[in-house]
Amino acid sequence: MIKKSWATWVVGLGLGALASTGAMALEQKSETEKGIDRYRELLQDGNPAELWEMQGEELWKKKAGPKNVSLEQCDLGLGPGVIKGAYVSLPRYFADAGRVMDLEVRLAWCMEKLQGITPKVAQYDRGDHKNIVALVTYIATASKGLPVNVPQSHPEEKKMYQLGKRAFFHRTGPYDFSCATCHSAENVRIRLQGLPDLTKNQPAGQAFTSWPAYRVSNSQLWPMQKRLEDCFRQMRYPELQFGSDASVALSVYMGVNGKGVPSLAPTIKR
Amino acid sequence: MMRNQFFLALGGASAVALVAAGCVAIPSSAELDKVAADMMVASFKAKGQAGMDRMGQDAVNAACSAADVAGKDLDSELRKKVEAQNMAMIKWPADGKYFGDWKRGESIAQSGRGMTYSDQAGASNGGNCYNCHQISKEELSYGTLGPSLYNYGKLRGNSEAVLKYTWGKLYNAKAYNACTNMPRFGPTNVLTEAQMKDLMALLLDPNSPINK
Repeated sequence: MIKKSWATWVVGLGLGALASTGAMALEQKSETEKGIDRYRELLQDGNPAELWEMQGEELWKKKAGPKNVSLEQCDLGLGPGVIKGAYVSLPRYFADAGRVMDLEVRLAWCMEKLQGITPKVAQYDRGDHKNIVALVTYIATASKGLPVNVPQSHPEEKKMYQLGKRAFFHRTGPYDFSCATCHSAENVRIRLQGLPDLTKNQPAGQAFTSWPAYRVSNSQLWPMQKRLEDCFRQMRYPELQFGSDASVALSVYMGVNGKGVPSLAPTIKR
Repeated sequence: MMRNQFFLALGGASAVALVAAGCVAIPSSAELDKVAADMMVASFKAKGQAGMDRMGQDAVNAACSAADVAGKDLDSELRKKVEAQNMAMIKWPADGKYFGDWKRGESIAQSGRGMTYSDQAGASNGGNCYNCHQISKEELSYGTLGPSLYNYGKLRGNSEAVLKYTWGKLYNAKAYNACTNMPRFGPTNVLTEAQMKDLMALLLDPNSPINK
């Protein structure tokens, strides 16, 4: 199991002295968490996400599609071609599309409208979504350190926040899980995996800007849409559809809750 | 495509309302509840063993989700009602015996497999217990969403009342606490009766390592 293999990792890194301490449960927990923190620190040293970032920059500037144009005139919300600050202010309402879009959905829209491509994005990292993963990494990196500022000025944006909140607390499936089951309390874990409280400002902002992330366990680059889809898989739900309203609404909910938190993306995860 | 048209229409309606009322046009809370419920169906597709039938909320999930959104505790009358409904779902062991094998119980507690669209349908499911609970002292990779179950039986003994409560809690935790985070392992057939007996032994058998 993945969770087990992480435990093995922590022990393998020589941080497993806790196994022999025989300490009380409380002390044991804090020792375990110290080990986890050390492991995270070690991970920060060099992030392969840079490879996706470079590829994304090329894709942004390269002429492509039936119309043979680049994406450089794509409006990510701050005007055509502006990428700095775009990631931290999405999802937002786009009048030209008539809906609230996140970064991945907007990129697919630009591919279609600017380049004349009919983007195939239904499956993670397949077809055009492979390019979207790289583009997202490039665009997110340009916002590193900038405060999260997901807008709530348009009525559709406010509505999406309210829908996202309802999606977050929606309990169903064979295990009766909602997002809130795991993400509405502080200092809780699944196995050794810490769980951010997405109803609180700091952890919500950090989680919101943690994706795209490079995942060491499977050498993949995961954008937010994939992160959400896999959460729902583990919750035993059917498959969350790429760009669906629930996927965008949940991003709005997290982003608005995380307002002002400096952006971390791209990050590296176990 | 449908969705875009829907949003265009909604956007248009909002704009009209904005002009007419001179204020922000956000649907009422009840309207949002309805749109959100539809959204939770429209945004998912059946895959593998995870069918769309999983998206329908029963009474207790609907009540608890609404209370969560409102940031309030469940109304006490409603709580009593849904807890009684869930109590009625509990099936007690047909042969009156509560204990299986604690060793098998430990491996069920360790396993987080089963019921996802990437799991093989029909394979036996795990209990996911260590995902949320400390259980044995030896397993350090345990979650903290639920309380520690270490020494569960040693602390509580083996009375009929303890056996019944523990069985009931494993079978349908919502009978005791309507909005608990713990899954219902019986009514949804996540675990079989035999598997729940093995977990009972893990928790309560004096020979189980968790009670040493």
